Formats: sequence, C-alpha cells, structure tokens
Amino acid sequence: MTQDNSMQMKGIAASPGYAIARAVVLKKEAYIPERRVEMHSSKEQERLRVAVSLAKEELETIRQSTLERLGKSKAEIFEGHLMLLEDPELIDVIIENIEQQQIDAEYALYEVSQMFIDTFLSMDNELLQARAVDISDVATRIMNHLRGVVHTDLASITEECVIIARDLTPSETACLNLKVVKGIINEIGSRTSHSAIMSRSIEIPAIVGAGEGVMSVSTGSTIILDAIQGIIIIHPSGEQLAEYEEKHRLYELRREELSKLKNLPTRTLDGHQVELAANIGKLEDLQKVLDNGAEGIGLFRTEFLYMDRSGFPSEDEQFSIYKHVLEKMDGKPVVIRTLDIGGDKELSYMDLPKESNPFLGQRALRLCLAREDLFRTQLRAILRAGVYGNLKIMFPMIAVLDEWRKAKSLLLEEKELLQAQGIQTAEKLEIGMMVEVPAAALSADIFASEVDFFSIGTNDLIQYMMAADRMNESVSYLYQPCHPSILRLIRIVIEAANTEGKWVGMCGEMAGDLQAIPLLIGLGLHEFSMSAGSILPARELIGQLNYTEVTPMVEQVLKLRTQDEVYQYVRDYREKEE
Amino acid sequence: MMMKQTYTIVNPQGFHVRPTKVFVDKAITYPCDVFLISKNRRMNGKSSLGVMSLGLKKSDEVTLEVNGELEEEALAGLGEVLVSIHD
Repeated sequence: MTQDNSMQMKGIAASPGYAIARAVVLKKEAYIPERRVEMHSSKEQERLRVAVSLAKEELETIRQSTLERLGKSKAEIFEGHLMLLEDPELIDVIIENIEQQQIDAEYALYEVSQMFIDTFLSMDNELLQARAVDISDVATRIMNHLRGVVHTDLASITEECVIIARDLTPSETACLNLKVVKGIINEIGSRTSHSAIMSRSIEIPAIVGAGEGVMSVSTGSTIILDAIQGIIIIHPSGEQLAEYEEKHRLYELRREELSKLKNLPTRTLDGHQVELAANIGKLEDLQKVLDNGAEGIGLFRTEFLYMDRSGFPSEDEQFSIYKHVLEKMDGKPVVIRTLDIGGDKELSYMDLPKESNPFLGQRALRLCLAREDLFRTQLRAILRAGVYGNLKIMFPMIAVLDEWRKAKSLLLEEKELLQAQGIQTAEKLEIGMMVEVPAAALSADIFASEVDFFSIGTNDLIQYMMAADRMNESVSYLYQPCHPSILRLIRIVIEAANTEGKWVGMCGEMAGDLQAIPLLIGLGLHEFSMSAGSILPARELIGQLNYTEVTPMVEQVLKLRTQDEVYQYVRDYREKEE
Repeated sequence: MMMKQTYTIVNPQGFHVRPTKVFVDKAITYPCDVFLISKNRRMNGKSSLGVMSLGLKKSDEVTLEVNGELEEEALAGLGEVLVSIHD
C-alpha cells in the first residue's frame, strides 16, 4: 500500500460494465473565430454552402452506418443533425448575416450557433439542455470544413484504450471502433445525455459527469473504469488490477449468459411454460421492459398520471398515455390497474379526510367507487385505448363480490355509452381483479367464475395477512413471503382459478424473488410480473427447474412450520439438483 | 385570414427532439406559414431550433398560428401532434 499512487474519481455510471486499459485523452480546443469584415458576401456565402453540403454528405454516411449497426432510433440522432443543416433559423440566418453585417462565414456561423447553444444551455429541461451538444456538434462539423481542418479521427486508434473526453459527441460515439475502444469517460453529461444513451446502445461501459479532474489524466496511464459503481481508478495497484480483472471476467460471462435468454420463451426443463412480465410505474420504465425481454406488462400502475400536478388528468390525456404504452408493447399483453390512491398515497388537489388507519381505509377501488366521476373518466380512457393493443384491466383492493360486480358494471356501462356515441372501444377485454385482501384470497372460488384472471399483489397481501405495516421497521420481520400461511393462500387462489380455467398472475416483489420462484412454479402460477431487471435471472432459473419435480416438492413445503424451514428446504432441493 | 388555437402539452418529457421533429416534418408539408407562440415568444414552426428553443414542458400552453394556403388542414394536423404522447 505504501507505494500506491492510485487515485480514484467518481462519476455517473451511464452504461454498465468494466474496462481496464490505457487512457487516451481527447483534448479538443474550442475554436473561436475572430470577426473579420468581408465585403465579398457572395463568396463567403458560397463557402458556407459548400461546407454545409460537405457536412451533409458526411452526416448522411454516418446516419447510414448507424442505421445498419444500431437501428432506427439511434440513426434518428443524425437525422436530427441533418435537419439542423436545413433549419431556416440556422443556415438561412447565417447566410443573411454574412451579407447584412459584412462578415466572414466562420464568424457568422460561430455567432448564430453560439446564440442557440446558449439558449439551450439555459433551459431547465435536461433533454433540451442536451440539444446544445447537437448544435455544437453540427456547427463544429461545418466549421471544420470551412477551415479545411480534418475531424479528429477516432477510427485511427489501434491499441486498446479507454477514451477520456470533455463530452464525446454522439457522432464520435457512434463511430468508435469497439474492437479497441473499451470504455468512455466524459467530463460532463448526465444519464440522459446523447452520448450516454448512445454508449448504452452500443453497449460500451461509460461514465459521464466525471468532473474537470478527469481531463488532467495523462494519455497512456492505466485506468480501471467501473461503470457499475461509477468509479474511475487511475494508476491502479496490482491488487486492484487483479480484483477488477476478476470482476470484469465474471461480469462479461454473466452478461453473455443472460442476453442469450432475451428473446426466448420462459420454460422449465420439462417444457412447462409460464409468462414473465414487467411492472411499470412511469413511461420511462418502458425501454427497460423492452430491453429485458419481458413478455408483457403484468402491472401498469396508473398513479403517476395523477401525481405531481394540480388537477385530475383528463380522459384524453390518459388515453394518449395508455395508447402509447399499448403501441410500444406491440401486441404483447398489458394489464392496466385502475387508480390505487388514497390512504397513505395522497393527491394534493384531492381533499381526502385524514384516516387513522390509512391502509385499512378508503383506498384504491373503495375510493373509486365512492368517487364514480373520476373512476368513469379513467375507465373511458382505458376502453378507448384498448383498440391499440392487447389490453387487460384489473381492479385493486377488492374484498367482497359486490365491489367486483359494481366495478365491472361501471366498466361495461361506460363501454356501452362510448359505443352509443360511435366511439371505438376494445373489442375483447379481459377483466380481472387483484388479490391483496385475505378475504378475497380465501374466497377466490366465489370470484373465479366471474373474473377473467386474478393477479396476486403480494406486497399488500402479506401485510394484511400478517397484520404488519410494511412501512414499520420494527415489525419488518413479519414480512415473510414464503411463510406457509402465504403459500397456502396462494395455492387456494390458483386452485380456484384452475377449476374455472382462469389464469393467475403475481405482481408483487415475490414474483421476482429467486428463492420463491421454484415454489411459485410448483404451485402452478401462470404469470410472473416483476421489475424489468429481474426478468432475465428469473427466466434463467425457471429454465433449470423441472415442473414435475417442483410440484411434489411444494406439497412437502406446505407442511413446514416456518419461513426459514421453507427456504432451507428449497435450498437443499436445489443443491441436490446440481 | 389567419387561424390560431391554444393547446396544452401532455407529453411527459415536454416537447423535445422527437416530438419537434414530427411537428416540423409535418409543418413543412403545408404551404402556409406556421408559428408557435409560448410565454410571449413567437417562433417559426418550420424550424426545429425555433420550436425547441421555446422549451415547451408538460402542461405548458402553446398557441399554434397558421396563415395562408391550407391553414385549416395545418391547424388540425399540427394541433394533433402538439397533444400526442411521443417517445
């Protein structure tokens, strides 16, 4: 440790992975032209036009190769650049200024582009702020042609390296030779900046927002890039190197294994098939859902539409959002849960009475049935959106049959009303309920003939079953998803559904819990809905199980006395398997 | 004649690059002039820089102003882009 001269820096992990290589530091000097009086305006204008058309050709080539390598959505960045080259507020204005102000092309370009760069940098929307980079990228490209400067050629790097730059432009990132470039570090940027997004799509480890200090690293220094934790180690010690080489190796191995499972169905060794779906709570979650090979959305929480605003979302606004999700999922099932608010989840613009037991109070469907106006608005939006994909709807917090019947009849009423107005609605719509209240679970057979499906919401079911507030640390030991009582309850629900030929899903944490999955498969659960990141590991595990073996195993497990015994039994079983 | 109408942006991330591109691509197909007005700033609706520099956020109001040939069609077609959800 004494001779250790290693140094650590921190940044934002923008694209996961590890890299160990020598640093190549790209220092680009900003070129600021001096204002020159130029009387031959038409000559300057022509120079600019030539530079713009060369830039266009170049960008067209990059766009084409990006399209082939990375697909349409990444190529769009360069379509955006091409669009800038045709923007009347940019090029036309520069051409005008050359004549009106009698200035040279370089300065006119600098002045107008800088004005837009400053405008965008001052915006409080991160996505729009990031557009300053596009403008600067395009302006630099034109400027280089005007000046006859050759663009920094990243393609000429031939030794393995990690590139350090102030902010690698999207075009530079897209053109990297991935055989030699092992990672990227940007001094500035955020997770949503273009180069961050681009680095994720070409799957190169990247850290952004590493801070000024990173530019003082010298080219040739050995560095470790830990884009899992967002750590950069410069001049690592032998120990650190060994540690990270091992981490890197295991990470790549694991990644390769999991990515093979992305587009495969979810089957046990002996061919029993289930569905792995994802939970989403905001639109930003969608990309992860698609990236992780989800077979559908098993829980679309609609609360986010109602939060952080000053009034209820309109029917049209909700419709737009539901439609968008359905179109994105492209025919895969999407289960929308109607509004689950009230109790502890409050809306500032909704005057709800304080309750002394909010989790046992007027929440979710109970509230919606009391406030029919807002419930009907949501139902109409859902019904209309159903035209655009494979939509299913479910009601939360049902305890008794009357609630279910009331909710369903409101839905069917709204459907008829819409149809009477000549508005298109989903033709075929599965209607289901969440099982979160123990009363509903125990009487699943009563509901089973009337519902199209059940979805077990384990987070609430466990809290109600154990009578233990899941927010209260001092009783957290009672949150036991694999306690025999919970497993028995789940079995009751699945058996009731099977008798009527209905399917059962699960959308709580438990569905993605690798310790619980063998039991849930054995119990015959049909659909597992979890956070997107858990899908591939779950698919891998299920692929190692035998349905005909886990079914009898569950029978044994159900006779055990404690959750610990259950976990131990499952562990022993798994070890015997291997 | 000139027509205008005010809309509220619903796209959760505001009117950033992709919605702007959809809007501008559509705007240039109409022969009439297209302007967007928000927070007392008036921008050329056929310029992506113009549209983006309005910095439209979710729940912002924006007035669409069209003037010239096919203005009625432009108002309907572009109005829809303003109130849609985009990636």
